[in-house]
Amino acid sequence: MKTHNNFDERFEFTGTAKTISLVGIVLGVIGIAFGFISGGDHIQRVYSNLLLMGYFFVCVCLAGIFFSAYNYVAQAGWSASLIRIPQAFAKVLPIASIILILIITAGLLHTHTVTENGKTETVPYLYAHWAAHGITTPGSENFDAIIYGKKGFLNIPFFYGVLIVFLGVYSFLGIKMAKFSEAEDTEGGMANYDKIFKYACIFLVIFGFTFPIFAFGVIMSLEAHWFSTMFGWYNLAAMHVSGLAVIALVIIYLQKRGYFTWLNENHLHDLGKLIFGFSIFWCYVWFAQFFLTWYANMPEESVYFYKRWEPEYKWWFWLNIVLNFLAPLLLLMSRDAKRLSNRVMWTCIVLIAGHWLDYYLMIMPGTVGEHRGFFIEEVFTFAGFAGLFFYLVMGKIAKAPSLVPKKHPFLQESLHHHR
Amino acid sequence: MSKTKFILGCFDDPDNMMQGITNLQKNSVPIYDVYTPMPIHGIEAKMGVKDSRLGYAAFCFGCLGATVIFSIVYYTLVHDWPQNIGGKPSFAMPDFVPFTFEWTILFTAFGMTITFFAATHLFPGRAPRVMDLRATDDRFIIAVDAKGNIPHDDITNLLKEAGAVEVKHNERKYVSYE
Repeated sequence: MKTHNNFDERFEFTGTAKTISLVGIVLGVIGIAFGFISGGDHIQRVYSNLLLMGYFFVCVCLAGIFFSAYNYVAQAGWSASLIRIPQAFAKVLPIASIILILIITAGLLHTHTVTENGKTETVPYLYAHWAAHGITTPGSENFDAIIYGKKGFLNIPFFYGVLIVFLGVYSFLGIKMAKFSEAEDTEGGMANYDKIFKYACIFLVIFGFTFPIFAFGVIMSLEAHWFSTMFGWYNLAAMHVSGLAVIALVIIYLQKRGYFTWLNENHLHDLGKLIFGFSIFWCYVWFAQFFLTWYANMPEESVYFYKRWEPEYKWWFWLNIVLNFLAPLLLLMSRDAKRLSNRVMWTCIVLIAGHWLDYYLMIMPGTVGEHRGFFIEEVFTFAGFAGLFFYLVMGKIAKAPSLVPKKHPFLQESLHHHR
Repeated sequence: MSKTKFILGCFDDPDNMMQGITNLQKNSVPIYDVYTPMPIHGIEAKMGVKDSRLGYAAFCFGCLGATVIFSIVYYTLVHDWPQNIGGKPSFAMPDFVPFTFEWTILFTAFGMTITFFAATHLFPGRAPRVMDLRATDDRFIIAVDAKGNIPHDDITNLLKEAGAVEVKHNERKYVSYE
């Protein structure tokens, strides 16, 4: 057993890793520019991809806060020595939130004309189903009775209110918790730990009630005629699994670079169990949403799955379940598999691709429809946001005063986890 | 000849008990078993205990549960008396998912519990077989089969050296029937 760990070690974010993340950002900008220059259907595709990655980015950062919050509330010991990684995600959330709000604003302000059922209307690129001009004004030629009935929720002031208030509160609580944890390094004692515990409780209560509303607003309202009460929990599961996969990947990456030497296969085993369990939970809620719709077979509900069952999406629809359920089920089921860092790494890569596809299937049928594609916009936008995320998170980890919370009351438990 | 059947080293500290195991192993004294009031990390590896096979039993019970309910529902609702539920075909796969899932879990949970009870001889109404009652409270016990492991005094000394608070020479294996 290694008894001495050097906690004064700092992470240095330089060299190839930094270059690659910057190249990713450049690729993303090129992909977005390519889409706008190509014009036509490509512009809609770029907006949809930007919304997808903006949402994915926010969700991964949120998962960092969620992870550290429930670990503090459960008074978990095992995660104490790796908690600085999700805390770094939390510190990136304000930037992710601003990017998401900018994408949504651009998508709402940028309009184009579409001809549907012989009617030509001017609609925004994002949220065209409810944000188009005159859609909730009785007497307007765009009037839509269903959207009119939902206008208490689907209107611009409320929508922005939800985005700004929710993301602001999440960011505030996440950063506060990270700051208390850093203050603990120098001050010691239990005061900061107790404060984090209190903030984590408050965060979890607020988050549990508001995240579904956030998902309803940002993603579900793309197809505003349809709704599902399962959608919020389905998104929560997707957010949690993809966030855990990113946390595990960052840990494995940093370990391969020679940092976090105190983490061993037992910590990875615990993360693997969470990833495995929540992949199954994701499938459970996915199926629950599908099953009720399929059983009731009401036109206004089944239209959602009908669109995803058309030839453009059918193959992806099945691939979604293979990547997000079958792959982790088979790759991580056995105890030993969760303890192999390469196995966990590849499973996490599959899951991140899988949840990208999951979001793709939530967004694309309602925006680009049959003009979907999978090429430069999709791949480059992903590369851009992945590079941005990596750049920002690694920067935060490098700036943190220490890679472990040195005075965390359960730190020794984490360092001697199962040893 | 000595009537001692089992030698029990009683420790009040798990670290001392681990030292006791090391002392016995260094002197090639086979250990019958170790009883502790709480789980001790790493003790399985040290004692060379094989991985539990309970997972395989769980898997088999899960498969059994899935097969049983799938067969029952297939026979009753598809084969024997085809049911029209909401205009769907009588053999529509999504219908079959929830109860197959539930019965898989039900059989796995009960099957694992029963297997565990059978493997550890724990049944309702049966007195559990305990070598030292304080092993369920505040003592960490190393049990050594006295037969063939001589001289007993040497074993006693090895345990005492490691910090045993008491070494018992029991003439019967289990005390819980008394």
